[in-house]
Amino acid sequence: MPSTEVGYVRRELPEKLKTIGLSLFAVGTGLGIIGFLINPERTSLSYLVTFMFLVSIGIGSLFLVALEYAVGADWSTPFRRISEFLAAVIPFLLILVIPLLLNMRNIFPWTHKSIVNSSELLKGKTAYLNIPFFIIRSLGIFIIWWVFYYFIIRNSRKQDSSKDQLLTKKNVNISSGFIPVFGLSITAIAFDWMMSLEPNWFSTIFGVYYFSGTVWCALAALTLIVILLNERGYLHRKIDSEHYYTLGLLMFAFTVFWAYIAFSQYLLIWYADLPDETIWFMHRWIGPWKIVSLAIVFTHFIFPFFYLLSYKVKMQAKKLKFIAIWILCAHLLDLYWLVMPGMPSNGYQYYFSWTDLVFPIAGVGLLILIFKYLSQKYNLLPIGDPKLQRGLDFHL
Amino acid sequence: MSENKNLNSVAALFDTPNKIINAAKKVKEAGYTKFDVNTPYPVHGMDKAMGLGQSKIGYVTLFFGFAGAIFIFLFMGWTMAINYPYIVGGKPLFPFQAFIPITFEVTVLCGSIATVVGMLAVFFNLPFLNHPIHDSNYIKEVSIDKFGVVIEAQDPIFERDKVTEFLKSLGGEKIEYINEPEKEEFKILQPKFILFLVVVAALTSFGTFITLNKLMYVVPFNWMDNQRKSNPQSETNFFYDGYAMRTPVVGTVAKEFMPYPYQGQAQPEVPLANPTLPTEQLLKMGQEKFLTFCSPCHGNYAQGVSRLKGQFPPGPTLHSAKIIGYSDGMIYNIITNGQNAMPSYAYQIPREQRWAIIDYIRVLQRAQNPNPSDFQAIKELNKESGKNAVN
Ligand code: HEC
Repeated sequence: MPSTEVGYVRRELPEKLKTIGLSLFAVGTGLGIIGFLINPERTSLSYLVTFMFLVSIGIGSLFLVALEYAVGADWSTPFRRISEFLAAVIPFLLILVIPLLLNMRNIFPWTHKSIVNSSELLKGKTAYLNIPFFIIRSLGIFIIWWVFYYFIIRNSRKQDSSKDQLLTKKNVNISSGFIPVFGLSITAIAFDWMMSLEPNWFSTIFGVYYFSGTVWCALAALTLIVILLNERGYLHRKIDSEHYYTLGLLMFAFTVFWAYIAFSQYLLIWYADLPDETIWFMHRWIGPWKIVSLAIVFTHFIFPFFYLLSYKVKMQAKKLKFIAIWILCAHLLDLYWLVMPGMPSNGYQYYFSWTDLVFPIAGVGLLILIFKYLSQKYNLLPIGDPKLQRGLDFHL
Repeated sequence: MSENKNLNSVAALFDTPNKIINAAKKVKEAGYTKFDVNTPYPVHGMDKAMGLGQSKIGYVTLFFGFAGAIFIFLFMGWTMAINYPYIVGGKPLFPFQAFIPITFEVTVLCGSIATVVGMLAVFFNLPFLNHPIHDSNYIKEVSIDKFGVVIEAQDPIFERDKVTEFLKSLGGEKIEYINEPEKEEFKILQPKFILFLVVVAALTSFGTFITLNKLMYVVPFNWMDNQRKSNPQSETNFFYDGYAMRTPVVGTVAKEFMPYPYQGQAQPEVPLANPTLPTEQLLKMGQEKFLTFCSPCHGNYAQGVSRLKGQFPPGPTLHSAKIIGYSDGMIYNIITNGQNAMPSYAYQIPREQRWAIIDYIRVLQRAQNPNPSDFQAIKELNKESGKNAVN
């Protein structure tokens, strides 16, 4: 067992993970395919929810990595690798998007000529909302993300063996370039893949709304994995409750940030009370959707807010694990709430489909597989990073 | 020992954050409880080294934050929905969505102010603004580039020489004995303080004057002033007579306004007939309007006892035989046109309400001069309700 100067002892994650990941992924995908065969329209939307969830995890994690480099944070360096592993979803997006592109006409109303012609607003939007440009845009953005991912992660991994401090400097520059690109591209992704489901509606803050959710979700995933691994001794004994506290603090901050943005969007629409804006909320206030909407307020803000308010909770691994899982579920529910009500063939009514549950299973399986694979090839700690020691010594 | 009597604490300085962390740990391990550490910037890990628990100040923030939130939310609800119910922008009377931003702000405001004040109160022992270490050389050093520990004389195991030795053994330099300061005296009326107040007052007045009269009219800020339009009571060369304000065309009648035929006449030729039926609802309205508009001069029961305490000639009683004899239309004429010292109420009180007032005056008059049959009627009413209303 090789031990490094910071005292990191590398241990393999249990082989069991591979089986678990593979079976989850296989079951999820298998059932998903059946879903596509039975009811492609409904299944495409279920798939879209999980796809957006994976986008959240991937790009949110890459954002956390870039943020750490750009602001020179050292407390999170000991577990930056975890976020790096999670960001490895990004290259897969190019494959995962294919079923959606094949089913675009099932998902997006604006792909239908008759619908576009029936609305002046949509006619005006055709310059942006048309199939070729949409595909180019989405693939282009995924490729740009991949490029940034590739360079940042490559430099980070190289450092493990070369210990070259200049690599950190290079990554600071790349990350600083990435953040504005990220801001614009995530807005475009949110607009394209979720807002355009109800193409007559528009909200300029929608991109920020999605951003707040992605980072929240990526933080929860990071917290959960850090605690799970560290409890079993895969990381470093110096990572302790003070690191957990800081992760909890960030989750708390993003809970409030999300609420701030979500409410800003709601308040303006509520105040102006214009039919073509309120319709979006009306669709989410009909029948059982009302319950889902209220559940969003509770699960996405009220509960995590009061839960994470306390200093003591943020210090306790067990309680943080619980809220991290809660947050992941809440984000999934939020995406569900953003995507589903707009489905016109639904008659804007709520209707549940078993396919909604299938894809998250496959998604989790995929994440486990990616994580297990990468953890076999690379260290779980960036052992060559000059900030690592300071990060391990971090105190409040 | 007499030399110890005035001693507040013993202080020692250290050079680096690591040394101070180490010193803090040692002081704690040695069993001291009343000691403090002063550093020029927050040193990470200090809380742990000093063995401090979670700060209690968070509870102050929590309490006042929530108190502020609840108070302001209910307060806005009360003003909007209860005290002065008023529909704004077509929203419900209790538009809680609109309250949220302010609730948020007030939560933050109350929370943060309470935190600062609470901190001052706890650490400085308000109202005292002085701490013994403030006048020491020690505090000067630790606010620049040194790190210091003070052990207070109040500590149960404090012994001056032992503490000195102990701090030295930890590597502390420049051991300083800090004495209790002399008792503070607050002399409010010192000449310096008064001069200070005068200067502040002069500066504030000057600043306000300049801002309101000059700065506000500096070019980039007066866009709203310079609009291409005529303001009320200003000149214009658009109309031949030069007045920007126009009077309505002769014969114009305002919307929903019925011109009064005997405008300005003390004695109408044929007084108008009262078009209303004295229903209970109408009388209620008449009572309300009478109390609002007429009672200041004529008294609450129209008995001619003014409520204005001589600020205006009191209105005469309305229970005189003359007024009882007046037709409704005649009283209507007085309300509409006014009479001598009494001004016209044509613009304050809509027609319908004027008639309601008159009906109510009739009720008051009847109450002062009841018929025998009225008593009979009241007795029967009492029998029904089982009470004695005449008493
Ligand atoms: C600002 C005080 C004031 C108010 C308010 C006022 N009055 Fe008078 N009122 C007077 C005075 C003073 C006189 C006596 C005028 C005069 O000398 O002829 C008077 C006279 C009258 C008279 C004639 C009495 C008489 O003996 O000639 C009537 C009727 C009357 N008021 C009714 C009303 C009614 C109804 C209202 C409420 C709409 C009202 N007044 C409000 C001051 C007031």
